[in-house]
Amino acid sequence: MATITYREAVVRALAEEMDRDSDVIFFGEDVGKAGGVFKVTPGLYERFGPARVRDTPISENAIVGAGVGAAVTGLRPVIELMFADFAAVTLDQIVNQAAKMRYMSGGQIKVPLTIRAAQGGGAGFASQHSQCCETWFMHAPGLKVVVPSNPADVLGLLKSAIRDDNPVVFLEHKVQYTEKGEVPDHTEHVVPLGVANIVRRGDAVTIVATQRMIGVAQQAADELSGEGITCEIIDPRTLVPLDMATIIRSVQKTGHLVTVEEAVHAGGWGSEVATRVTDEAIWSLEGPVVRVTLGAGIIPFSEPLEHHLIPHKARVIAAVKRTLAV
Amino acid sequence: MSEPLSAAMRQQMLQRMIEIREIEGRIQELFLENVIRGTTHLCDGQEAVSVGMAAVVDAAHGDTVTCTYRGHGHALALGLTMRSMVAEMMGKVSGCCKGKGGSMHLTDMPNGLIGTFAVVGAGLPVTNGAALTAQTKGTGALALGIFGDGTPNIGAWHEAVNLAAVWKLPSIFLCENNLYGEYSPYADTAPVENVADRACAYGIPGVIVDGQDAEAVYAAVKTAADRARAGDGPTLIEAKTYRYRGHSRTDPAAYRPEGELDAWLQRDPINILAARMIADGQITQAAVDGLKAQAATDAQAAIDWALAQPHPPLDAVHEDIWV
Repeated sequence: MATITYREAVVRALAEEMDRDSDVIFFGEDVGKAGGVFKVTPGLYERFGPARVRDTPISENAIVGAGVGAAVTGLRPVIELMFADFAAVTLDQIVNQAAKMRYMSGGQIKVPLTIRAAQGGGAGFASQHSQCCETWFMHAPGLKVVVPSNPADVLGLLKSAIRDDNPVVFLEHKVQYTEKGEVPDHTEHVVPLGVANIVRRGDAVTIVATQRMIGVAQQAADELSGEGITCEIIDPRTLVPLDMATIIRSVQKTGHLVTVEEAVHAGGWGSEVATRVTDEAIWSLEGPVVRVTLGAGIIPFSEPLEHHLIPHKARVIAAVKRTLAV
Repeated sequence: MSEPLSAAMRQQMLQRMIEIREIEGRIQELFLENVIRGTTHLCDGQEAVSVGMAAVVDAAHGDTVTCTYRGHGHALALGLTMRSMVAEMMGKVSGCCKGKGGSMHLTDMPNGLIGTFAVVGAGLPVTNGAALTAQTKGTGALALGIFGDGTPNIGAWHEAVNLAAVWKLPSIFLCENNLYGEYSPYADTAPVENVADRACAYGIPGVIVDGQDAEAVYAAVKTAADRARAGDGPTLIEAKTYRYRGHSRTDPAAYRPEGELDAWLQRDPINILAARMIADGQITQAAVDGLKAQAATDAQAAIDWALAQPHPPLDAVHEDIWV
């Protein structure tokens, strides 16, 4: 095992897959010679050359469209949108084209495209560079949605995403780029899409969280354990497909569910988890499903406001105590 | 005027234009009879662009095409059968897309047609992707994107042409300027006289061609194709043409000035090529009439066949979302 950062896991996955398959190419704004604005992809341009690692103009429609067209015709492109918020500029190519082309063509086409982007708040980037955008893509059947929370998952899930024959939106949390974790030394660490990870075992409450909110949930669980409340924390790792079986098994054990999302309340992925649990396991619930979210908030610039808005330990603890009625 | 094409190529182009004209007329009838639902965008008058383009495209070599929702003619010219297309428009399981796409979403990969894109401008970035595959793999294939005169007003068009120029992709951007973007005259929505004038902003050739002359379209696309295959980058071609009907099923095209349609009918693409072939002794008027009669028979047979096909089973509604 080696200890690497979340950021290093991205470039390692890309390099391993580009080594493995000459059809894998990578392009986006400043990803080549500059190594990415988040310094996530250094060395790829030098190693794989200008034909396979390309810098693009600032043209999100052209970038995603070129990815779609290349995928349809036999390559396995990985493209970067820099900030996930910029997907709004090219939502047509992602939602109307990439997601639906296979269906509309009656299965003639496949689109093995990976769209990488950095999302999430906490870094002082304000409203248009800090959103968690996963639900935008969950609403377009045909897209898989990946939200890795640690270096090993970044490595293993990105390799799976690149090997997948469907379009995959791979969302990295920008504040987590410096976080470290252990990863296997071999080059076949592949984490399947659609398999949740039980991060912490517990009996009192099930907490489902993603990315940076896993750490927040862990802090809350540490404190609650001092009060004799043990939390089970589940990281779904991918939101499409969503491993409901693991979540439901946990809720059947604990009887309580809290979701922690760094995203807007209305229509968040926690709503999907909550309704699926009430549909499939309502008689296991012994308290209300409580969701911790941004509410109807917009990420502000001011640091105290930003930290206040994004879910933190105290809010998770309050949510757990509310569902447990303690 | 470039070198005339062989009699065989001319014959094929003429026949295909006649077939497209015939089936488009029948499709309009089927829509009005509610046999075909939704909407349709017919290409009567623009057939020369379809056949001139298709004569250059070599799908077996890896060439690909994206076009617009006004794509029946392109699809047929590339080789989609009338049966498969009509069945698709009727939502039948035997359609080219198993009834999932319909009139606006035709895909025919064996003949190089990635899709008839129904969002204006969306096909051109995708064309670049196909060109990128050709460039990366060194296949020598080209990717051709067809669009209307309204498309250069949307951002995706500029992004696509720019990227193709910067990367010297083997892309061809082929505009069918039929004078109207939906209901609005070209001159009301564009600040330059010709779509081709925009090429200078990207440092690529901008070529204007008579879109009613199939041989002229072929020559222009062939020149662009040679350039693309040689690694010299994209070309913007503007074919000046005309849409005989309105924008879509519900548009009677009342906004057209009186006499405009009649003037364009005098330059009908089928008549132009037929007259040239008759003058060159390659066909007789009787044979042209015979082609039209045969096209009518073929169209009726395709319609009868499609009508007899089943709809997809209801279970198919969730099929083909995922690989």
